[in-house]
Amino acid sequence: MTYIPISPAERDAMLKTVGVKSLDDLFEAIPAKHRFPDLNLPPALTEMEAGAHLGDMASSNENVREHLISFLGAGAYHHYIPSVVDHILRRGEFYTAYTPYQPEISQGTLQAIFEYQSLMTNLTGMEVSNASHYDGATATAEAVNLAYAQFRGKRKKIVMSPTVHPQYREVIRTYTQAMGLEEVGDDASNHEVTPEAMISLIDESTMLVVVQYPDFFGRIFDYKKLIDAAHEKGALVCVVANPTALLMLKSPGEMGADIVVGEAQPFGIPLWYGGPYLGFFTTKKSYVHKMAGRLVGETVDARGNRSYVLTLTAREQHIKRERATSNICTNQGLLALGCSVYMSVLGKQGLQEVANLCYQKAHYAAAELSKIDGFGLCHVEPFFHEFVLCCPKPASEVNQYLLDNGILGGYDLGKDYPDMQNHLLVAVTEMNSKDEIDSLVEILKEMK
Amino acid sequence: MNTPSNLKYTKSDEWFDPATGAVGISDYAQSQLSDIVFVEILVDEGEEVTAGKAIASVESVKASSEIYAPAAGKVSAVNKGLSDAPETLNSDPFGAAWMIKIEGGSAGEVMDAAEYEKYCEGRSH
Repeated sequence: MTYIPISPAERDAMLKTVGVKSLDDLFEAIPAKHRFPDLNLPPALTEMEAGAHLGDMASSNENVREHLISFLGAGAYHHYIPSVVDHILRRGEFYTAYTPYQPEISQGTLQAIFEYQSLMTNLTGMEVSNASHYDGATATAEAVNLAYAQFRGKRKKIVMSPTVHPQYREVIRTYTQAMGLEEVGDDASNHEVTPEAMISLIDESTMLVVVQYPDFFGRIFDYKKLIDAAHEKGALVCVVANPTALLMLKSPGEMGADIVVGEAQPFGIPLWYGGPYLGFFTTKKSYVHKMAGRLVGETVDARGNRSYVLTLTAREQHIKRERATSNICTNQGLLALGCSVYMSVLGKQGLQEVANLCYQKAHYAAAELSKIDGFGLCHVEPFFHEFVLCCPKPASEVNQYLLDNGILGGYDLGKDYPDMQNHLLVAVTEMNSKDEIDSLVEILKEMK
Repeated sequence: MNTPSNLKYTKSDEWFDPATGAVGISDYAQSQLSDIVFVEILVDEGEEVTAGKAIASVESVKASSEIYAPAAGKVSAVNKGLSDAPETLNSDPFGAAWMIKIEGGSAGEVMDAAEYEKYCEGRSH
């Protein structure tokens, strides 16, 4: 937005044109008693005092950049972000969360979003990508909306793997609570179910099968058989994927997935305090009219030059109203831009190196940790950069012990899977040096 | 504006052919919608429909509309090729772009061609 100065004379001229005497008159619709309510706040601080006070409070936080060595993942991952990402995001030309409606004045932003979409479809092996959702959980819930709309409400069953992120499953339940859907397979005590064993749950009333890749425990499964079986019954399949893992693994598109969604935070977005993050949503071209959210397309302008516009907007809720698939309208445009800058700066080779470092370091950590007395790997399946460590005592106690030693341990799986109290989900990324991994091992060896 | 005289028309701009049971949208409707980019038939063969039930969804570059059954009866045929060629709704609304056929149908509130033409004229300023 361009800065436009205003003088008192100009302001008065505008007020006169509008037909009011003062700025206050513009707020007349709000009753006077609600304009400046008594907020019962402590006495005001000066800017210097407030800065010092907030600084004090902030210094009691411990973060993974300065204070703690982190092995915590479970959906949010600590990766290196080149400084150029932030520099581009802070440029005034880009600094908005909204997708632009006016192509005449927004070609640069629209092109950046178009690049984001192209990169995401390359990564997932899908044909179209929207311009993002709030986070991985809401993107997954939108996949349910798509499937529901695709079958026009005639199929009402979701087959859900118990090793889809527990919080994503929770968000799906919230989204769908009034839709009269039936959810099967989502049983926390049955977390060792194989993809093949889930096939028997799929029938002609199944609209969507949801699995995660790698799954919440970090395991890599080939879902091809499950996907083929779902397609035989006419059902759609949504794969929730980790984008970093996709740099190394066969794409869900190659396995036949219909929808691939996930959390794009690992691609250039800091951990922050759990958000704002970025949900990606990709699917096949045949489902594009049921896909929620903004979509940028390439076209030509009146002179025949390449240009970009929001496309297929008639399917969106501001036109289709209550008949739209979803009421998602705005998105994480700025973070999608950050994500495409991250991918562009690292390039294909750089991204693959990140994935390879994560893989190698995680496997080194897993090998070393499993040598410690009383500890062991819980699963035998291949994994990417996260794995379940069986501990000799409750994971909550192990985590407390590690925290006392300056280490943010893994995710305590007992919180979501009652029979996994002694199980720690450990994530390793390129940010973890060999020294850090070795000290994790040494400290756990000393644990009483 | 083209309004074949053998057809019946609804206020929501569908046409109905009493001889064949075919249903579609009128020339007036397609011109108002402008370039149609997507059509989805919402009913299956063998399904019973009542007059006024939504049978299809149409999206143009600017708008999205539901298409309603002009008659009650059983859906005896669905034009499956239409979704692959939605532009047919613009080029041949009374021919290739039929949407479904309704069998044993009793028409709902419909007008003949002359009445419909008058009705459309009344709507264009």
